[in-house]
Amino acid sequence: MQIFKPASGSSATAIQKSVVNKLNFYYGGYQALKNIDMVVHEKQVTALIGPSGCGKSTFLRCFNRMHDLYPHNRYEGEIILHPDNENILSPEVDPIEVRMRISMVFQKPNPFPKSIFENVAYGLRIRGVKRRSILEERVENALRNAALWGEVKNRLGDLAFNLSGGQQQRLCIARALATDPEILLFDEPTSALDPIATASIEELISDLRNKVTILIVTHNMQQAARVSDYTAYMYMGELIEFGATDTIFIKPKNKQTEDYITGRFG
Amino acid sequence: MNHSDNLNEIRAIIAHHKRWDLLALIAGIIALMIAVLTFIALFGNMIIDGMPRLNWEFFTSFPSRKPEMAGILSAWVGTTLVMLVTAVAAVPLGVAAGVYLEEYAPKNFITEIIEINVTNLAGVPSIIYGLLALGLFVYELGLGQSILSAGLTLALLILPIVIVATREAIRSIPVSIREGAYALGATKWQTVADHVLPYSAAGIMTGIIIGLARAIGETAPIITIGALTFIAFLPPSPLQDQFPFISFEWLMEPFTVMPIQMFNWISRPQEAFQHNAAAAGLVLVIMTLLMNGLAIYLRYRLRKNIKW
Repeated sequence: MQIFKPASGSSATAIQKSVVNKLNFYYGGYQALKNIDMVVHEKQVTALIGPSGCGKSTFLRCFNRMHDLYPHNRYEGEIILHPDNENILSPEVDPIEVRMRISMVFQKPNPFPKSIFENVAYGLRIRGVKRRSILEERVENALRNAALWGEVKNRLGDLAFNLSGGQQQRLCIARALATDPEILLFDEPTSALDPIATASIEELISDLRNKVTILIVTHNMQQAARVSDYTAYMYMGELIEFGATDTIFIKPKNKQTEDYITGRFG
Repeated sequence: MNHSDNLNEIRAIIAHHKRWDLLALIAGIIALMIAVLTFIALFGNMIIDGMPRLNWEFFTSFPSRKPEMAGILSAWVGTTLVMLVTAVAAVPLGVAAGVYLEEYAPKNFITEIIEINVTNLAGVPSIIYGLLALGLFVYELGLGQSILSAGLTLALLILPIVIVATREAIRSIPVSIREGAYALGATKWQTVADHVLPYSAAGIMTGIIIGLARAIGETAPIITIGALTFIAFLPPSPLQDQFPFISFEWLMEPFTVMPIQMFNWISRPQEAFQHNAAAAGLVLVIMTLLMNGLAIYLRYRLRKNIKW
């Protein structure tokens, strides 16, 4: 199996989309993230890997302030979003604004029990888009970008639940893409899918890399190697190693990273 | 011990155990039959007694001193209007309270106390609501012994049912759907209005109808607030032929309801009135069954497209 491929852009020329500075995160009294520093490069795929419970999903959910939905959660440190140079974790920044700029695709496909069209259009509707022609155009674009248009163009009025698992996940990607997000977050997007659907999602992520900045959590190391340009290895809430995927997978600097990647642990 | 002895022993043990299976089955069937047969006997008796009285005149006549001329017109109109007030009051209050408790309320001590109280209110004897309403609605607020007082009383009575049903329906929506909406930048209210309420509508409607089906048969609180037992006129119609075409005069009118009409007839010595009571009871049971049927239909219909 061809696992390694060159990163599509070299790290020297890549623009920084987001910078994480000394990020700590607490679920009540429990510290789930410890002092994380990292960079997310624009129009690149950054993978977060690590054993279960290492904090990779927690980290991802900081980027769209998902933790604000639940009580007793607390952030420390910064996630700076460029080019505005704005700290999206700042209490002055409305989490809704952050979520409008940074979309998310979840672990299990979670389409709304509405039509295919309404699922994709929902993000646009809450931004106040009402004109049918604009909605139709942008829904079609999003579905094309999610490689789903061909399969659903004649049944946009059908319930989303009638799609297969893989199609539902691509619908969720279309829903997230419809609003032109600055960053697209993926939280283990293939863990509930069969191998064929997984392959189609991975292919889609590869296709999207030049259109949108992507941050993906995966427990599958081959997946990280296949789709990402940069990889961050996390363990027990800490960022152990971060770098170009090729480097991390071929010659990791850290012994722990190497053990995890070679399957000796995790 | 040889092989066949061993096998026989196992079979003997199984046969012994299965005897208890049979006993449990028989005991269960007997218990069920006692309940079902009692109901069938009561219902059957009501049908035999009441069926001959069920004709068009029975629905269009006022109560009368002569049993063969008496009807349930004022009772069913009263019940319908009281139920209308009950629904209009209980549905928005109950659903809003349920939504608040599930979606907005901070998870703290005070919320917990409120939640426990709401659940316990469902078990308060209905006559207590009647006493409360007599003091509050009839005298304090001066609403009198009116359709409005009765409707509001029954609304209070079924409010806990509506709140609990709303909360349960809302809670059955998976977290992932809510997070999906929030992740797109929806506000709390957008999430509630666009997702939570539409997807829990079936459960909420079922709760409302079950609540109304309970309220329709309530007698004690209605007697407490002073419904009339004999009433030979109808409240003014809510729809008028002159501007503004709608009237709320009926809200303040005296009234009677089906169970009170029944109660009135049962307490008469003449046997013919007992038949009237049975006929009214039959109508009341059919009304309740129809409401429950509607609840089942709505649940099936609205949930057909939603499978988590």
